[in-house]
This record gives sequence, C-alpha cells and structure tokens, in this order.
Amino acid sequence: MSFPWAKSYEPQHPLMKWMDEKLPIPRLIYNATGPGYPVPRNLNYFWNFGVLAGAALVIQIVTGIVLAMHYAANAGVAFDSVEHIMRDVNAGWFIRYAHMNGASMFFIVVYLHIFRGLYYGSYKAPREMVWLLGVVIFLLMMATAFMGYVLPWGQMSFWGAQVITGFFSAIPAVGEPIRVWLLGGFAPDNAALNRFFSLHYLLPFVIAGVVILHIWALHIPGSNNPTGIDVKDEQDTVPFHPYYTAKDGFGLGIFLLVFVALTFFSPNMLGHADNYIPANPLSTPAHIVPEWYFWPFYAILRAFTFNFLWIDAKLWGVIAMFASIALLFFLPWLDSSPVKSSRYRPLNRIFFWVLVADVLLLGVCGKMPAEQPWVILSQIGAAYYFAHFLVILPIISRIERPLPMPNSITEAVLAKHADKSSASATA
Amino acid sequence: MVRPLGFLVGLGFIVALLCAIVTTPLSNEPQAAHAFHKEARHLPLSSDGLFPHWDKAKLQRGLQVYKEVCSACHSLDHVALRDVAELGYTEGQVKTFAKGFQVPSINPDTGEPATRDGLPSDHFPAPYANEVAARAANNNALPPDLSLITKAREDGKDYVYSLLTGFQNPPANLPKELQPATGLHYNPYFANLNLAMAPPLTDGQVTFADGSPNDVKAMASDVTAFLVWTAEPKLVQRMRVGWAAFLFLSIFSILAYLSYRNIWADKEH
Repeated sequence: MSFPWAKSYEPQHPLMKWMDEKLPIPRLIYNATGPGYPVPRNLNYFWNFGVLAGAALVIQIVTGIVLAMHYAANAGVAFDSVEHIMRDVNAGWFIRYAHMNGASMFFIVVYLHIFRGLYYGSYKAPREMVWLLGVVIFLLMMATAFMGYVLPWGQMSFWGAQVITGFFSAIPAVGEPIRVWLLGGFAPDNAALNRFFSLHYLLPFVIAGVVILHIWALHIPGSNNPTGIDVKDEQDTVPFHPYYTAKDGFGLGIFLLVFVALTFFSPNMLGHADNYIPANPLSTPAHIVPEWYFWPFYAILRAFTFNFLWIDAKLWGVIAMFASIALLFFLPWLDSSPVKSSRYRPLNRIFFWVLVADVLLLGVCGKMPAEQPWVILSQIGAAYYFAHFLVILPIISRIERPLPMPNSITEAVLAKHADKSSASATA
Repeated sequence: MVRPLGFLVGLGFIVALLCAIVTTPLSNEPQAAHAFHKEARHLPLSSDGLFPHWDKAKLQRGLQVYKEVCSACHSLDHVALRDVAELGYTEGQVKTFAKGFQVPSINPDTGEPATRDGLPSDHFPAPYANEVAARAANNNALPPDLSLITKAREDGKDYVYSLLTGFQNPPANLPKELQPATGLHYNPYFANLNLAMAPPLTDGQVTFADGSPNDVKAMASDVTAFLVWTAEPKLVQRMRVGWAAFLFLSIFSILAYLSYRNIWADKEH
C-alpha cells in the first residue's frame, strides 16, 4: 500500500489525532478505500463486481443470522420451520426469499468477477496471490451454498446431500467409511443436517476472513485495469474515494434492482419445485439436479461414463470435477504470456469467448437429464474445458503475437477520447 | 514444470472423455409414456403477473371445494384456520368455521386421547391419523399434503388444474404396459399416466351459495386458485412491497448515476 503518489493521511481534528496515535482505524480506512488508495482511472463496469460480491456476502450474513433465529435444524421439523418462517414470522417470507436468491446473486456477480479476471489477465503477476485467494473463496462459497441448500430439508436438499456426499464413496477402499463418518450415519439424517447447519453458519465468516486477505493482497500491487498496463505515475490514477465509491454506488443500485426483481417478482424461478416436497428417503426424484451455479461442474461429473485405465467412471467424474476447479490454482503459471489484457491478445480473446460458450453449454448439460444429446455435449464440453486451460492456453501464450500496446494508461485514455472527438467532428 | 504436467493431466482427462464418447450409445432408450404425456394447460388467475390481486369470492369457493371434496383424503398441514380471515371472512365467521372441525386433543380429566372443537389458532386437521392409516384407506397410495402443492410441482397451478380436469378413457392405441392397473386411473397430465386418485370432481358436486357455475372445470379452477393462496399466502403483499422497493431503488440508481457522472466530469476515463 505504498505508492509514491498516494496521498497520506493527516488528521486535523485533535480527536482524530488522538485516535490515530492509539488505534489508527481512520488511517486504515483512508488508505484502503479513501484518497490513500490510488486506482487506475480507466476501470470499466466489470470492475464493479468485486464490491458487489462483498455486498452479496454481507446480505447473506445478515439475512442468514435472522433466519437462524427462527429455523430449527432438526430433521423432524426443519421443513415445517421454513414454512413457519414463510407464513408466520413477520416479513419472514422476505428474509427467506432474499437469502435464497441472495445466494444466486452472489454466484452471478462472482462468476462475472472471475471471467473479468480471466479476460483482463488479473491472475497474472504481480496479482497471483489475489487470484489464489479468490479461488479459495470460490471453493468456500460452493461448500457453503451446498450445505445451505440442504437445510430446508426438502426432496432436493436430501437427494442433493445424498449425491454430493456420495462423491466420497468413489474413493477406493476407504471411501464408504469416510462418507459414513462425514454424514454421521449411513444416509443423510439428523446428524448430517445438524453438522451442515453448524458449518453453514461458520463458513461465511471464514469467507469474510479470506475476503480481507484477498483485498489486502490486492492493495499491495493495486488494481489491474482494462489495458493490463501497470500504473506508471499519478496521472494514471484517481483516488478510490470519491471516484470509485461513486461508481460502485451506481453499480450497487443496479445490482439491488436485479436482486429485488428476482426476490419479489419471481423468487422460485431459480429453485426447484421438488424442494417444496418434504425430504423422503424412500422416494427418489425423477431428476436430481443441483442449483444452477453448480450445473457446469455437475455436467463434468456426469460426462465420465467409461472405466478408463482401471479407474472407475464415477471416480473419474469426481476427480475431474474437483480438478476443473483445482486447475484454476495453477492458472497464473499455465499462461506465460507477459501481456495481461486480452485487448492486446488476439488469440486469447477468441479462446476466451469459446470458453465462455463452453461453460454455458456445460451449464445447460448439467441441468438436463442424463440423456442424449446432452451426454455427448457434456463430454465434448468437458474435454474442451480441460483442453482450454491445460493445452490451448499454454500453447497460445507462446505463439501469440500481441497487438501494439499504448505506453501508459493515460495515453490509452486520451487516445480513446481523441478517437471519439475526431469521429464526432467528421460526422 | 507446471505446464508439461498440466499438459499430461489434461491429455488424461481428454482421452478418458473421448473413450466415453465412443462407448456411449447415441440413441436414448425409447420411453413410450412420453408420447402420451400432455403439457399442462394454462389456467389464468387474478394472482398471476406483476400486478396480482386475490379474487376473494373465488378463493372462498375454492375453500368450500377443498372442505367438501379434497379434505376427505388430503391434509393442509401448513395452513391455520385463522388464515382464512384473509379470504374475506369476519372474526366471528372464522370462529364458527373453526368450530366446525374436530381436532385431536387430550381429555383433561383422564389424559386419554380425545377430540375438541377447533379454534382459529388450530391448523386444518389431517384426515388420517398417520401415513399407515392414509395408505390403508387409499389402496396403498399416500395422498400428498396440499398446502404447497402449487409450488411443489413443475408448472404449479397449471398442472393441478390440468390434473383435476384431465381424467379420461385411455386412448385406443395405448400399449398394454401403460394401461391403468386395477385401482389406477388414466390421466395424461400425470407423470406416469396412471394415478391412484379417482376423478375427484363431478359436475354439480358442490353447491355454491353465490350460485356460481359448479361444473368440473369451474370447481377445479376455484380450488386451484385456493391452493395457489395456501402455497403462498403472502404473494400479493410480496408483489406490492416489490414494486415499492423497485421504485425506491430506481430513484436511488438514477441519483447514484448522476453523482457518478458529476464526480467524474473533470476526469477522462
């Protein structure tokens, strides 16, 4: 957090001077989000999603704490207690629907945040640690969301828990004992529901802790920007406050508009009807489907249908699903191109959009039942996913010839405005 | 080091997937039932859309259909008797309505199981004491609780309405294995075409005080509207609050945008 051009905090009021000597919280805030943190002046709207993810986390924690005051984590009454919240608790329906759709909003903004990082090379040096911590947050979010979905103890809660914990039984020899140990029984039941509730309450605070590290690690090199060019001097930057607080304020407004539309106008659109049926271990739903944010990974899991190299197809699927996320940890070293932004990487830009299409295709495949043509499409999609990160990206980062780049952020900004004014002059 | 290892791992996954592609048959197992299954028919209700309201007269008729027909087999666990006040009944009417039910209780003198008159604070009593009793009375089928039925099925209210009005004779070309077995009834809107519930409604079965039509379609429509309400009694309130929040946030966003433009006015970016 030491940029030569960063303004330094100078308390004026005696009280603030006193505070600064004893516990310099105002100094911390000034240096983290105030004029003490200079940010590239050319960030586009895709840079709003980090703050929005933070807002989503806060919304989830606040609504979740209120829900926990009324929810009962007992397999006998959990479903009824959720309906009690929906019907008899003051504004309970609002808190519950906000929490339910808040999870979706959290994943929407985090996915946009991740793909922003992929397109503009935000995972590259010197921001590898920011990216690694981000992947940790993503994994924690997935665990938290999965356990949260089990809590209403509907049919999809129960059978989702059955399928996901079944991953562990794919491990040879020790898999089944591990699964039983994790569940506290032979199938999901009261013991599993209680520990899922306990962990669902714990993990968001772990996420909050890793978010602090994520922001800390970001503030050492400072933010990336759409050109990917490093900040060279003060004129490339603006102080975070008021410039980006104002822009994030507008972004937050749009985020909340979408959130409100989803929560109030169509709260069950992203859910599954079967989860309004109480959990029944004796009746398997026709199609067991996870929540939408897991569909691409679920498609990768199910794509492996062949016992290749003496490894069971199910184990292949589980390994591949975990590998599809774990490989993100190696991304900063898989992509060796010195150029960050795909604006100046003609090949990477093409393959980035192929990856986006591929993940969307996998998402659709994960939603659909395991029938053709979805099986073969998920197999092709999964093969491309691994090829993209492990084969294509390392190769194109070597052979690609980057486009000419501006010398500085300011030059890029001024060139853009010169283009605009000459275009309007000729028009 | 990372790149060559990654390349090998990637190749491993890709070869495993190619083998899976080659060995997976491209055709699905034919499912004869699909050809006979019908899409749910749309039932327009006043509670639809972005500006919904409850048609209270219709909901009252639906409650009557539930009470006189459905409640013989189906429970309504999550709905309290007091909740029907929202359908436009007075406090006195709700009390009288509740008194009409007998709910399980304990004899205060002996501690033996007993029954007493219902109170508004009671929930709708279940028709059967437990699942075993329910199955015993219904040819081993379990009538589902109806509180959430319009949220717990794909296509919700459209499905419920279609099912109630969809009983018919099996088509002539129906394969033998899809023919209804003894005690089952053909209904193309039901997932596997044959269900244990007999056609519950017949024309003129319920007489409405307001003289509204009481053919099967009208009664099915009324009771479906009622079940939309039982599944989501806060629906209308939710939409109203939603519009207020949406309006507030629209103004907030406009002001936030203007202040953003104002603050950035001197900075090219």
